[in-house]
Amino acid sequence: MNNETSYIGQPVNRVDGYAKVTGDAKYAADYNAGGLCYGVVVSAGIARGRIVRIDASAALQLEGVFQVFTHENVSGLAWFNMSYKDMDAPPGKHFRYLQTDMVTYSQQPVALVVAETFELARYAATLVNITYAADAHTTSLTGNLDKARPPKGKKTGFKKPANRGHFEKAFKAAQVTTDVTYYQGAEHHNPMEMHATTVLYYKNGSITVYDKTQGVLNTQSYVKSVFGLSGKKVKVLSPFVGGAFGSALRPQYQLFMAVLAALELKRSVKVMLTRQQMFSFGFRPITQQSLSLGALEDGSLQAISHKAISGTSQFEDYVENIVNWSGMLYHCKNVQQDYKLVSLDTYTPLDMRAPGAVTGVFGLECAMDELAYKLHMDPLELRRINYSVEDGSMKKPYSSKALMDCYEQAAARFGWSKRNPRPGSMKNGHLLTGWGMATGMWDAMTVPARAKATFTADGKLTVGSATADIGTGTYTIMTQIAAETLGLPIDHVTFQLGDASLPFAYLEGGSATAASVGTAVQQACLQIRERLLSLAKDIPDSPFRELSIEQITFADGKMYMSETPANFIHLKDILTLTATDAVNVTSTPLPNIFKQMKYAKNTHSAVFVEVQVDEELGSVKVSRVVSAVAAGRILNPKTARSQIVGGIVWGISGALYEESVMDHQFGRFINHNYAEYHIPVNLDINDIEVIFVEENDDVVNPLGVKGVGEIGQVGVAAAVANAIYHATGKRIRDLPITLDKLL
Amino acid sequence: MDQVAAPVLVDQATHTITLTINKIPYELKIQPWVTLLDAIREYVQLTGTKKGCDQGQCGACTVLVNGKRINSCLTLAVMKDGADITTIEGVAEDGILHPLQQAFIDHDAFQCGYCTPGQICSAIGLLNEGKARTKEDIQELMSGNLCRCGAYTNIVAAVQQVKDKL
Ligand code: FES
Ligand code: FES
Repeated sequence: MNNETSYIGQPVNRVDGYAKVTGDAKYAADYNAGGLCYGVVVSAGIARGRIVRIDASAALQLEGVFQVFTHENVSGLAWFNMSYKDMDAPPGKHFRYLQTDMVTYSQQPVALVVAETFELARYAATLVNITYAADAHTTSLTGNLDKARPPKGKKTGFKKPANRGHFEKAFKAAQVTTDVTYYQGAEHHNPMEMHATTVLYYKNGSITVYDKTQGVLNTQSYVKSVFGLSGKKVKVLSPFVGGAFGSALRPQYQLFMAVLAALELKRSVKVMLTRQQMFSFGFRPITQQSLSLGALEDGSLQAISHKAISGTSQFEDYVENIVNWSGMLYHCKNVQQDYKLVSLDTYTPLDMRAPGAVTGVFGLECAMDELAYKLHMDPLELRRINYSVEDGSMKKPYSSKALMDCYEQAAARFGWSKRNPRPGSMKNGHLLTGWGMATGMWDAMTVPARAKATFTADGKLTVGSATADIGTGTYTIMTQIAAETLGLPIDHVTFQLGDASLPFAYLEGGSATAASVGTAVQQACLQIRERLLSLAKDIPDSPFRELSIEQITFADGKMYMSETPANFIHLKDILTLTATDAVNVTSTPLPNIFKQMKYAKNTHSAVFVEVQVDEELGSVKVSRVVSAVAAGRILNPKTARSQIVGGIVWGISGALYEESVMDHQFGRFINHNYAEYHIPVNLDINDIEVIFVEENDDVVNPLGVKGVGEIGQVGVAAAVANAIYHATGKRIRDLPITLDKLL
Repeated sequence: MDQVAAPVLVDQATHTITLTINKIPYELKIQPWVTLLDAIREYVQLTGTKKGCDQGQCGACTVLVNGKRINSCLTLAVMKDGADITTIEGVAEDGILHPLQQAFIDHDAFQCGYCTPGQICSAIGLLNEGKARTKEDIQELMSGNLCRCGAYTNIVAAVQQVKDKL
């Protein structure tokens, strides 16, 4: 027994790598069909008001323009609000495209032009003449803080802020305090692939929808309920997604538009949004947050107050966990939290990579740095002193928490002990170097997922689940899990996803997929093992007859007697000898809720950052990042590292570059393109080192996996801001830290 | 506002051009306002080349025209009549990956893969140019290709590895 089929924890190359480097990987807009026509969306030019007149006659006169859909000619769609609800919908009245003359936010889609060619549709869209009656709009959060109110209703995963102890009293009694306010503007996900949907229409009225989505089942149920179609008529496929980061958690309007046009025109239709229109739906909400920390002179935290006010739309209450982290990350008896919303004339915000934590932990970790300076204490030491072994908000121990190891390993690697705390102490000409650090934290969630597996007589295994791979590596890690569990060479295993006919999986998001779908895949393969053993017992004179599954090892495409490995049988021979074509199973893992309920389940990180600030220009370069991550078992250090690095790039981006700038005069995000909405380019990103610290966890799931999609980003912006303070002595409390703020 | 209401005379506007893409000549009857990117994706139906902005800001649409990298969304197809074009589909030869393609896989130089065809074509163009000497040169000269997944460090490692072997 060589056991060459152990893959979990190995840096396996992506199984979809070949498809991605050759152009074979097909994304939503890459499908075509005879008679395909193109839809181009017309966006509203005002932020609030009414459409008085919409004149599409000039567009419709063009030969090759099939239809211009507007609220005036779209009818017969679902009545009830429920029908427009999707798996990630916040509470409220969900938006209905093209069904009202009211304009509720700038860039609201108000017409869809469908034509024979893309060029014609694009041109015809410019001919649609709309007259508006504009109303006054409200888009400023800071100008409307007095309208802040508690959120209405609930959203999956939202935890109500909770108080404990007596903040006021403890804060007054504290020897050293800090009281600060941070602000950050909106950010849009901007995946490289603009949202697109291609709908293929068939004569019998059924459709195949290629959608950019983080959940094919979400797309399917939305289409079914809004258009009143049966599941049989709607096939949804999404094998490749060109990034999403949360933007595809909700069905976006290109889906609605493409399906509408296909059904009405009885033709295949493709709709791709423009880059400008990528700023016309969900985003990370504009947020202002205040933190008050009180400590004794020894650094021990006595009181924490964390209050946040975020913007939402007029029709839905988007909520995220911003302040909750302050009740969890450090040991503190007196905690006060508050979270409120202000309704603005924008679209509803949307989960964006590590929603809530990216914002709230930024505030907390900057405030901790400010407190450390007031205490004349090393910022890392302050974190150590207040280390918490339990989640103080729930009074539960962590299922595992190797954060102390993260601090130690990252600090050592970074060289933190050599830091002179004095701001501006590392100066070379006009370049100021600064070192900052922060802690990161995210949830280790499990969501419902099922998987099916089929082992066939040719020795091949096919496993599937209706999950997604948005660049996260789902294809690869699921293939690894399946191959190792059944002991098959990895190239004998195929993992399928992004197909609504596969077994149920929840949306891909929140770093929950590896744990949730991974467990389902593992369980399906374990069930196949059982079935193979019982088949093997049917073989005449079977040496396996008396054995139980615990006495068997699966490896190298064979089933071995563990005690006497010289006795084995090839897995495919089991099927041949028993005249079985295939073994099929479907698994539905049920987490051990009673065991899990006793624990808090989270991932942690410690991130150390070096910046170089040009004193004369105010420009900032992040020259070095070391991040140590405790996220349970790492299934694939190669793809997991990429996830963390990507998260760090996002953290740098949030700290220094990204902001959707609202022009309040027009109520519109004005920098709605890649030239003006800055994200890092290649030259902006320098040395990044990732350390995965060992963390064993048998509570979270049988694989011990906690997920790595979000944790890489959390805390990074704070570490950058803290490093900038160390370099310059300037506390910049609103993101992004652009050069004008440093001059 | 003055608006053109008369139908566009599609036939009059159509030009016949030849694009040689990945060594195969395609004769296209195409209107002058069709971008090279849309010509490749929608008319020739080679969809490996991606659209990430349609306005020259992201590099996802990078292809090689006569060996030089360009943003195909900023070029009209009719301007390239007779040109020799390589897209991502033509980078591997006879099923054997180009060293850069293999290096991208080995270094995990992508996540979602959407920017990857552009990155690889751009990197081939960069190597053809022969200007990049240092790692910083590669970073600078690859900065026209955005990667929202943030795979930059791995992209640089992949390009550097191939460059060093040349
Ligand atoms: S699509 Fe051409 S540069 Fe973005
Ligand atoms: S790999 Fe996703 S944008 Fe580059």
